[in-house]
Amino acid sequence: MSLLDIKDLRVTVDDHEILKGLNLQLKPGEVHSIMGPNGSGKSTLAQVLARRETFTVTGGQVQFNGKDLLAMKPEEAACEGVFLAFQYPVEIPGIGNAYFLRSALNAIRKYRGQDEMDAMDFLPMLREKMKLLEMDEKYLNRSVNEGFSGGEKKRNEILQMAMLEPKLAILDETDSGLDIDALRIVAAGVNAMRSPDRAILVVTHYQRLLHYIVPDRVHVLVDGRIERSGGPELALQLEETGYAAIEAAARGASRG
Amino acid sequence: MATATQAIENYAESFRGFEQSAASHDLLWLRQLRQSGFARFGETGFPTTRDEDWRFTSLAAIAQIPFRLARNGHGPLSRNQIDCFRIPGVACQLVFVDGRFSPELSSSGQLPEGVEVASLAAQIARDPGAIEPHLGRHLDLQRDPFCALNTAFLEDGAYVRIRKGVVLGEPIHLLFVSAAHDAPTVCHPRNLIVAEENSQATILEEYVSTGSGATLCNTATELVAGDHAVVSHYMIEREHNQACNISTLRIQQGRSADVSSHSVLAGGALVRNNVHPVLAGEGGECLINGLFIGGGRQHLDNYMLVEHARPHCASRQFYNGILGGHAHGVFHGRIIVHKDAQKTDARQTNRNLLLSDTAQIDTKPQLEIYADDVKCTHGATIGQIDEEALFYLRSRGVDLASARRLLLLAFAGECLDRMKPGPVRVHIEKLIHDSLAQIAHVSHDVPLAPQEAALGEPR
Ligand SMILES: Nc1ncnc2c1ncn2[C@@H]1O[C@H](COP(=O)(O)OP(=O)(O)OP(=O)(O)O)[C@@H](O)[C@H]1O
Ligand SMILES: [Mg+2]
Repeated sequence: MSLLDIKDLRVTVDDHEILKGLNLQLKPGEVHSIMGPNGSGKSTLAQVLARRETFTVTGGQVQFNGKDLLAMKPEEAACEGVFLAFQYPVEIPGIGNAYFLRSALNAIRKYRGQDEMDAMDFLPMLREKMKLLEMDEKYLNRSVNEGFSGGEKKRNEILQMAMLEPKLAILDETDSGLDIDALRIVAAGVNAMRSPDRAILVVTHYQRLLHYIVPDRVHVLVDGRIERSGGPELALQLEETGYAAIEAAARGASRG
Repeated sequence: MATATQAIENYAESFRGFEQSAASHDLLWLRQLRQSGFARFGETGFPTTRDEDWRFTSLAAIAQIPFRLARNGHGPLSRNQIDCFRIPGVACQLVFVDGRFSPELSSSGQLPEGVEVASLAAQIARDPGAIEPHLGRHLDLQRDPFCALNTAFLEDGAYVRIRKGVVLGEPIHLLFVSAAHDAPTVCHPRNLIVAEENSQATILEEYVSTGSGATLCNTATELVAGDHAVVSHYMIEREHNQACNISTLRIQQGRSADVSSHSVLAGGALVRNNVHPVLAGEGGECLINGLFIGGGRQHLDNYMLVEHARPHCASRQFYNGILGGHAHGVFHGRIIVHKDAQKTDARQTNRNLLLSDTAQIDTKPQLEIYADDVKCTHGATIGQIDEEALFYLRSRGVDLASARRLLLLAFAGECLDRMKPGPVRVHIEKLIHDSLAQIAHVSHDVPLAPQEAALGEPR
């Protein structure tokens, strides 16, 4: 059974249709990648899956773990196991990183009927994951993302993912803004999360990341639809040729 | 509806009865002080919204309600009723019920040598000579009718004196309780705080209520900070939603004195807090840190007037407002830099969050600069909760109400961070948590129940 099953998803923003009938399925244990030109709707898809309410779903269905994802609020989706690593993580002055993460973790644990974690149990776990991502302890008590560099913000997203242990992780251009060392560290963090009961959806423009996180499937999103799917070799091929051919084919198809 | 003249007549009658029997009415200077207060109030009556200083705050409700002076014999309050208002770690707690000192309810603590904390009425009776040089010397009766009225009915309140060079570590807690009455009641607490040269102290004035019913607490504090004194003053208003509270803190700062005034307005129906420091010695520093959190139909008005009278003084003013429901907030930030006050450095910031379409804020800076070599800045912002931040928190599993509360706490935390660590800050942090939990849960599309209207009908 699929963990995520998207059928004919249509999404608009301000009466402007962005996703125009998108189909996608992920099974537990799989890693899929979505590539595609700027503005094709990759982030829109990611945010709709995380239940951002500024997007209007006008058609289609999304089943997550057998449940209707589109009926969920953002916090419910998160508690059910959806995690989005944002393309542009927001800065939240005045809320400490560690405090925020513990609130999030406990909200999710509570939803699942588990005991809340106190600081004594939480901090060692957080420190361990931070070490894995080679993050300095000073980030513990700094405000969420405030004054973080682009790369630090992305690492912080992966740290949150590692702490919250989602069933479905969606990484929206987590590689952009990372230098090669940081990319390796982040990729190692993601790979450590790969497991038979977890699926990962990697949104990226570059083959570079997929060199470290090797996907099972690669999809090309053009103008709100998945226009082509293939194995990891598709990413390599796209790096060579770009999206022009697929875009042209898509235009031809929609015209004809 | 009572007319303005009827309102004055109501107070005049009350004053005639009061001045005959008031404590220490045999002291000529005190009698004259009271009379000058009433004479001034009689001339002006209550301000109207045509008065620039009261433009955003209508006092019609206060003028209409026939408040009776709370005197002699408040209902018996037990220590049990007060216990929930105690703060661990304070030097002492003085309790005033309807403006009157209650020795039974107070805990005097073990105060170090050189610290006097007492009832003002008792202190005037005991040692008027120590009071006369300060009392009524700083409050501006001409400018503010409420200060005039407070002076007319001046009788009791807190007297605090920190002698030269004495450092008091623990805070002094002054608790003002509005008790329940079957008719609308007014009281006029008057406080005098004298921190002598090179002394240090922390004072908390807190206004609470037991029971319900329309009350008016018109309070005034004169705080004299001698040369090099370091004083932190805290004001908390958290009365019930039928209470009116008008307060004035008048600060007189000596040379290199360092005074901070923190105010937290969370309760009350109609609240006006005036903070008026005069930097009257060179090198003085003044921090004004205000937080107001309103919901329902609360009206929370913050008026500050900082007067730079001498050179080389610095003042910082921060006010953060959080308003939901039909609440109305006001910030009026006035800075006067007098001719002699060269090298003044004054900065003012007012930031507001509106949680509903029906909440309202009026913010008005007013800079009057008569010196030429000064730095003065001001800025105000009005916004909503950051939608992106809210989604970010929710996407991590935090529910909507908690996410809102976290963001509001962060916003209020800016004010909290300016307070020194200690028992008062811990107390205020808890108060903020409680207030925000309430406000974060109230969705802006829930209509108001009629009984939430700010003031009961006058009986
Ligand atoms: N709030 C919005 N209002 C109007 N248009 C929007 C809004 N958000 C996104 N769009 C538009 O939707 C389209 C898809 O945007 P989206 O961010 O999903 O693209 P993307 O594939 O993630 O692009 P990129 O590779 O640049 O990140 C773009 O044309 C964008 O301008
Ligand atoms: Mg994008």
